[in-house]
Order: sequence, then structure tokens, then C-alpha cells
Amino acid sequence: MKVAVIVFPGSNADLEMFNAVEDIMQVPVEYVWHSETDLAAYDVILLPGGFSYGDYLRCGAVARFSPVMEQVAKAADAGKLILGVCNGFQILLETGLLPGAMLRNRSLKYRCKMVPLRVENNQTPFTADYAENEIIQIPIAHGEGNYYCDQETLARLKANKQIVFTYEGENPNGSIENIAGICNERRNVLGMMPHPERAVHQWMSSDDGKRLFSSILKTWREQNGAAINA
Amino acid sequence: MPQLTHKEPTAEQIADQKLYRELGMTDEEFQRVLDLLGRQPNWTEIGLYSVMWSEHCSYKNSKPVLRRFPTKGERVLQGPGEGAGIVDIGDNQAVVFKIESHNHPSAIEPYQGAATGVGGIIRDVFSMGARPIALLNSLRFGELTNPRVKYLFEHVVEGIAGYGNCIGIPTVGGEVAFDATYEGNPLVNAMCVGLIDHDKIQKGVATGIGNPVIYVGASTGRDGIHGATFASEELNEQSEKKRPAVQVGDPFMEKLLLEATLELIETDAIVGIQDMGAAGLVCSSAEMASKAGNGIELDLDQVPQREAGMSAYEMMLSESQERMLVVAKQGREAEVISIFDKWGLRSAVIGRVTDDGLLRLVHKGEVVAEVPVDSLAEEAPVYYKPSEVPAYYLENEQVDPLAVIDEPQDLRQTLKELLAQPTIANKQWVYEQYDHIVRAQTAVKPGSDAAVVMIRGTRKALAMSTDCNGRYVYLDPQVGGAIAVAEAARNVVCSGAEPLAITDCLNFGSPDKPGVFWQFEKAVDGMSEACRVLNTPVIGGNVSFYNERSGDAIYPTPTVGMVGLITDTDHITTQDFKAGGDIVILLGETFAELGGSEYQKLATGNIAGRPPKLELQREAAVQGLVLQAIRQGLVKSAHDLAEGGLGVAIAESCFGEEIGATIELQTELRADVALFSESQSRILLSVSPENAEKVLAMAEQLQVKAAAIGTTGGDRLVVSINGGEVINSPLSELKAAWKDAIPCLIG
Amino acid sequence: MLKAIVYVTLRESVLDPQGSAVKGALHTLGFAEVADVRIGKYMEVALETDDREQAVERVREMAEKLLANTVIEDYRFEIVEG
Repeated sequence: MKVAVIVFPGSNADLEMFNAVEDIMQVPVEYVWHSETDLAAYDVILLPGGFSYGDYLRCGAVARFSPVMEQVAKAADAGKLILGVCNGFQILLETGLLPGAMLRNRSLKYRCKMVPLRVENNQTPFTADYAENEIIQIPIAHGEGNYYCDQETLARLKANKQIVFTYEGENPNGSIENIAGICNERRNVLGMMPHPERAVHQWMSSDDGKRLFSSILKTWREQNGAAINA
Repeated sequence: MPQLTHKEPTAEQIADQKLYRELGMTDEEFQRVLDLLGRQPNWTEIGLYSVMWSEHCSYKNSKPVLRRFPTKGERVLQGPGEGAGIVDIGDNQAVVFKIESHNHPSAIEPYQGAATGVGGIIRDVFSMGARPIALLNSLRFGELTNPRVKYLFEHVVEGIAGYGNCIGIPTVGGEVAFDATYEGNPLVNAMCVGLIDHDKIQKGVATGIGNPVIYVGASTGRDGIHGATFASEELNEQSEKKRPAVQVGDPFMEKLLLEATLELIETDAIVGIQDMGAAGLVCSSAEMASKAGNGIELDLDQVPQREAGMSAYEMMLSESQERMLVVAKQGREAEVISIFDKWGLRSAVIGRVTDDGLLRLVHKGEVVAEVPVDSLAEEAPVYYKPSEVPAYYLENEQVDPLAVIDEPQDLRQTLKELLAQPTIANKQWVYEQYDHIVRAQTAVKPGSDAAVVMIRGTRKALAMSTDCNGRYVYLDPQVGGAIAVAEAARNVVCSGAEPLAITDCLNFGSPDKPGVFWQFEKAVDGMSEACRVLNTPVIGGNVSFYNERSGDAIYPTPTVGMVGLITDTDHITTQDFKAGGDIVILLGETFAELGGSEYQKLATGNIAGRPPKLELQREAAVQGLVLQAIRQGLVKSAHDLAEGGLGVAIAESCFGEEIGATIELQTELRADVALFSESQSRILLSVSPENAEKVLAMAEQLQVKAAAIGTTGGDRLVVSINGGEVINSPLSELKAAWKDAIPCLIG
Repeated sequence: MLKAIVYVTLRESVLDPQGSAVKGALHTLGFAEVADVRIGKYMEVALETDDREQAVERVREMAEKLLANTVIEDYRFEIVEG
């Protein structure tokens, strides 16, 4: 198994994503520059946080046109696991790999703090090691995490159980239905505003993010094992 | 400001009409230029001198005093003089750090002023070859009840957040304090800390005759021309009109510049690199050439320009942000430029290193300036300013702060009010806007005595803190200066670190006033003494004079940025009580010292008298004890006693984990004094019961006064003095006062 | 040379927190008649062409692809002499 951490100009949470894979999954991981046009070597693709292209027009709007994003879309089609965190989530929305869009936080302020999340769906490759409805502590750090979609899309997200994480208690950004993270129908693409990669050791004030990475590993091993057995 | 038109004054006009005065130069300084050149300078040349000889670039008023700082130490790899200082932390690793002011730009345009302040200090650190790993900010504002102050406060915080969050360097700590003295002239001091391997250290030198000089980064515009001069004048009614001097920051560009620079350093293709900060191209080129004993010739037509028709004067003096000057090895230009290309950065070879010691500027095929680099970088005049003890200092000798404060009936209420003073109150509103966890190495987040950042792949961590109580420094500059250093060290020690060195940002009023200059000298003396005793040399910093509004100087505020080394991450300690049933120990002695305290300010609306005294040997002993106890695993929490004294420190230690405490003090002091005096060299510990005796014995051995004053636990804070209960309050009530104060004031 | 003036605003159905904040501030300042404020983006795109018809088509494509996110934003534009 090999993991790619995609680096766009302006990505800045690539380091901790890389470190979390090293520490928790303990599998080969590489940084992949945004101009890359071949992701065939990678089984899992991680889009880290940051301010790609300064987020100057809209968060993720320019990064979406990076050459690598075509490959990310292909990988998603092929069923590979794709995780976008924070800016990575915003890019997935702009690309259309996940539905909806991101607005500025309701408070108009950037917010960085530990928040409680509810695991709404543990039947995904990213959440298998959590219990359903479990409350976990994962930090947020964003100015535009106010997830929005129209009612029709929302109904679909609910019907398909695509809402994976919600904010528990106070909603820190005003997102619709307290949404913190969603996946696609096929469940192989997850986007979330909170940073699980910043909560993988006790000294980080929480290590609840660990299990997101262990879930990925577990799912991949199961699928891989199944493929070999077949 | 002179009108920057196409038609520049002639050399004769400059001399005859004394036009240099408009650039902030005195008649004597102009004469010095004439003597150095042996001829009349043209407009471009006089522009170069005016910025290079400004206080901001030349330290002409402060140099003789700054020489008093101890700057050497067994661990110091780079002292003052480069972009940032460097200290060895073992294993071929070193820590690079510096603090710098951006006060005047922030007073005029708070968002961009603060943002570009952050951007500038980051460039100082990565231009040394270091990876920036943390930012801190020391901020001072007027009272939050004033709408303009509120505006400045909100936008400065937003500006810091906007830059730091985007570039992806965590803002892990610092301080914010409020006092009317800063109303028209806020202080925005930004500090950056970086990590480097010894063999990667870069210097800003232009060595190697014929080597190419490469410009990289944002294009040059007319923004910020005379920014350095602007920083070296008092703010007045006209300052608002000087707004064009404020630059706009582009953190995305700087992120690219940062990554490209660090990649470039890996190649070994460059000999020198320097940030284009204050005084832009002239300062970076002249300093780099001067340090190498060489000259530089620049072809200004090659400088990437954002605006049409820029003159040589404008290009050289522009302070457009996010630009660097690189001197590469001859023949390796293409390699350097290809790295910049990869990062989407514009770069250009704009000149060569020469052997004639001259800065020669060619524009449109003509030599438009030719002056010795040393005359710009080294031969600025040095002033020995008159210094005089100000009257207020002498008058304060007679003041007994205690005499005018009646003992309050309800100390619970007083404690609550102190906790709600904006300087003491919780700063979550501020630091929640900063990404303090990007890079995911932040082990102790903002809000504790010092922030702690891990060093991945090692057992080491770095503790960092900024400190200065301007009120103490005002009341007694020497003592206050020493306290600033001692408190910063104490904060770092409380987190489990050994203090390594300091960087300082000396914010003062106009040095032309003998009273202000006296404050400056005395503060530097006090700081120097503390640095010697605590073994924390000064490795760099900056001087910010002319912090005045309408003729009134701010309280002298020499901010200290301290970095300490934690040798084992197991030693990381915070201020929060960790569990019920632990023993609370107070180290150090409490005296009736209310001068300059938050309590005095609250009770009388003013500050007067003398500040708390500081005995450096006692300070060193307390710090040594705490570090030793932490390293032996005996300490669960450690918290420095600062603004608000013991009462506030205990409450703060309760808040983090919401663990109450029952405290019983035996004292000869009045109850309010015992609780709120700001005597120095005191630290509050919590230890498990089985370790209490050990810590007390250790204290006795090191001759540090220590007393077990209570136990942790419950959900109330109960304080008795000599057997009589003086405070008994639900923790939640105290915490609410502390937590809600700033959000309430902001509205 | 032509110039496209592009306006991008949040769609009616989407809450505009900036607009609400400014509306509140205007009310505080005594501008009671302010019923609503919507904040958007204004862009000037200089075009190296004189073909208006083609410009309209190209700018619409730019807006759809990049300048606006039609999930949350509306856009309109006009083409003027550069």
C-alpha cells in the first residue's frame, strides 16, 4: 500500500498529513506535486489543508484545475480511497467530487479549536474503527467551513447516509445541519473540515484522529485480502 | 513627503533648497554625505542615504547603548547583525529567532500593518536557511472601551491571523495587554522561531566577484517608499495621510518564497541571501556587499516592476513585500532560476558582485548612482543622546501605593474584577483566530505561561514566550527591564525548559527627549544584567523609537522574546492543576509591592510608586529549583505569578481543567496585598502529596522560600488568610468573569 | 481592447454573513432605511480582443468554470471598451 499526499502551491497541512500516515498507518507515503499526471502508483490519496493558491478567489477554486485533479477524479472513479481535509475538502467540493459548497464562517472569523464531532456513519472505509454516534475530539482550523447545499442535495445526503461527521453541541461555523464531513455515494471519497491528522497523539490534546487512519488501513487490507483470495 | 514625480530635483537644488530635510535628514547628516562622497549627491543617492541612515536601518541613536547587551554565549552561533540570531540546541540542530516591531504601519492600517509585520519577521528567519516553526506576537493597545482601539485590536488580530494562517506557521503564543498609554500608538511586535541544521546556516553576504545578484519574489511597486523613515518619526495628525507608506502583504507569495528558498539552500548554488525588508533593495544590496567587503552593480531595468515608469529612486526605496535578494555562484544562475520557476516565482539576474566597494546603479543605460556601500551600511552617524532622569521618576520615590488603597470588604469581588481586566482576562477570542496547531507540533497551546513546540524525530521541544510589563518599566526602567527578562525566563522554565537566549523589541518614545533616552538606557542596563545572571544572551532584535502620539511617549516597553530548550518531552509542564488532592506550593516571597500592579490600576485608576523589586540571584535560584523538580518528575503544574499576583495565578491554574483549590495563607500582610501584590520570583506549583516533602526539602537546600499553601480539588476556590475565609466562590463564576470579559468588550 | 466587468454575488437563497454584518452596522449608524445588504465580488478582466460576441461567450465560460461557484453564487457581467 502506498499513500500520496498531494501538495498544491499554498498547501500547508501536508506535513502533518504525511506524519500521521507515517506514525499511524506505517506504510510508504510520498508527497506528490500538483503538476503530477500519474497517480497509478498510489492506493490512497490525501488532499491536505492549507490555502492553495492563497484561496484568493474562493477556497479551492484554482487548485481544482491543477493537472493532478484529473487523476484524483480518475482514482475516485476507480474506487481508490480519497480523503480531503479542510482545504482538501474545499477542493473536492469545487471539483464536484462531493456535492455542495463552502461559505465563510457565520461569525466571519477564522476559528481554531478542539471541537466534539459525532460519528454519524461508521460504515465507511474512513470510520470503520469508530462506533456509530461516538463523540470524538478533533480540532478545526478554518475561516470558510460553513458547508452549504440546497435542500434537494441535503435530502440526498441524508437518504444515502453520506453525512459522516457532524458538530456536536455548538456549531462552530454555521454549516447546514451541523455538517462537518460528508462522503460520496460510493463511500470512497470523504471530505471533512476538522483535522484528524492533528489529533493522533495524546500530546496533541486528543488522539481520536488515529482511528480514521487505522480505518483506512483496515479497509484497504480487507479489500486487498479479498481481492487476493478471489 | 516629497512628490515623487518624473522630474527629480537636481543635486544643486537638493543642497540649496535643503530638500534632504524632507527625507528626514539633518543639515549635519547632509554635510556628512558631502564629506563621504566628496561631491553633491543626486536625488537617487540622497534617497539611499536617507533610508539607510534612518534609525530603523542604522540604529544611529541606539547603537552605543545596545553595545551593553551581552551577546555571546557558549551556545550562540549567530548574534545580532544578521536576519536573525541562532542558538545551538545539540544534535547539529539550532534554533533561529527574532522579534520585530511593526507599530506605526499597524496604527495607520492595522490589518496590513500587522500582516506585513508577520511576513517580514518570517522572511528574516527563513532567509537564514531555517524552517519557521512558530510565531508569537506581543501586542499593546489602549483601553478597549475606546472604539478606535477596538477597531485597531480587531484588525491587528485579523491581520496576524490572515498572514500566519495562510502561510501555515502556527501562531502559538505571545501576549496582549491594554493600557491607555498605547491608545494612539499600539505596539505590534511579531516574533518568529525557526529550526535549522548547523551546516545549512545562510548569511546575507555578497561574496565572490562576478557572482550574479538575483532578485526573486513579488514585483516592485511604489508601495512603502520611505517606510523605514516613517517608522523613525512620531505619529501625528499627518500620519493618516502617509497611508501609501503601508504595504500590502501576500502570504501566498511568501509561502512559495519560503519553500523555494529552503529548496534552493539544499542545492549549494548560492553564497548569500537576504530579505528585502525595510528600505528594500538598497538595504539588502548595500548590506550584503558591505558585509563581504565588496561592491554591487545593479541594472535596474532588470528589476521586475509592477508599475510603469518607476524611477531608480522609487525602485531602490520601494518596500514592496515578499521579495528576496540572492547572490548565487557564477554559472549556476539557471539552476537557481529553475527552482524559482517551479514554485511559480518571478526571478531575474539584476546585477553582479564587484570588487570596487561601490553600489552602482544603472538605469536605462546610465549610471544613476554610485556610492561606497560602506558609507551606506556602516558609516551612518552615531548619536550619543543626552539622557536625564525625568521628574516623574523622582516624584514616585515618595509614593506609597498602599497608603491610598483601602482594604476591600469583598475580596471575591476584587478577584473577579481583576480576572476581568482585559490584560489578565482569557485571550481565547484572540488565539482562536490564529491557527496555532498547523504543522501539528504544538504541544502547549496559547494560554499557558509559554508555548511548547515539539521537534519531530527527537525527544526535544522548544518553549517560547514574550513578556514585558510596560508599567514596571515606566516606574523604574532598570528594574522593569530586568523583570521583563526574568519573567520571560520564568515562563519558559515553568514549561520545563532551560532558557537559552532572548531577542528583544525595544519600543520607546522619541530618543530626542532626554527623559525617554534615560528610560532607554536604564531599561537596557536592567535587561543586560538579567541576561548575564540568567545566562540568556541577546541574539538579536530591533529598536522602535518615536512611539508617541500628540507628543506623549508610550510607557517604555522593551518586549523580550525568550526561547528555552526542553531536553525531554516528558518534562513538558503546563500551568493547569491536573487532579484533585494535589498539594499547592508557593515558591518565593510576597512583599507589599503594589506599584504598577493591576490591582493598583484597578483600585486607583493609575499607577504610581516603584515597581516590585527583583533580586536576580533569588530569581535564578527559584528557576533552578523548578527546572530541577520538573526534570525529576516531581511537578504536575507550574505557573509564574505575574499580573494580579497570587490570587489570579491560583485562579488561572484552576481554570484549565476546572479543578478547584482550598488555600490557606499565613501572612503578616494585609489580605488584599497578600493576594494581589506582584512581587517577583514567585512560582506556583502543584505536586502529588507524596512528592510535596521532596520539593520542599529541595527548596530549603537551594535556599528558596517555599510553603505548602493548600490542596487542589472540588469545584470552588476557597482562600483563607490566617484562618479567616476571605474568598469562597464557585470556580464557574470566576471563570466566567475571566472568559467573557474580552468578548463582552468587543461586543 | 475590451474589458469585462464581472459581478459575483451569493445567491438569494444563501445567507450572506458579511452582508448581514454590514446591514447591522449601518442600522447602528442610524441608516434605518437599509433593508438588506448583499456583498459580492467585482472583477475587471482585460481582454485582448475586439470581438464583442466572442468576448461574451468566453467570459461566460470563465464565470461558469472559475470566477463563480454556481452552487452558491450568481454572476453577471458587462463588456465595455477597455
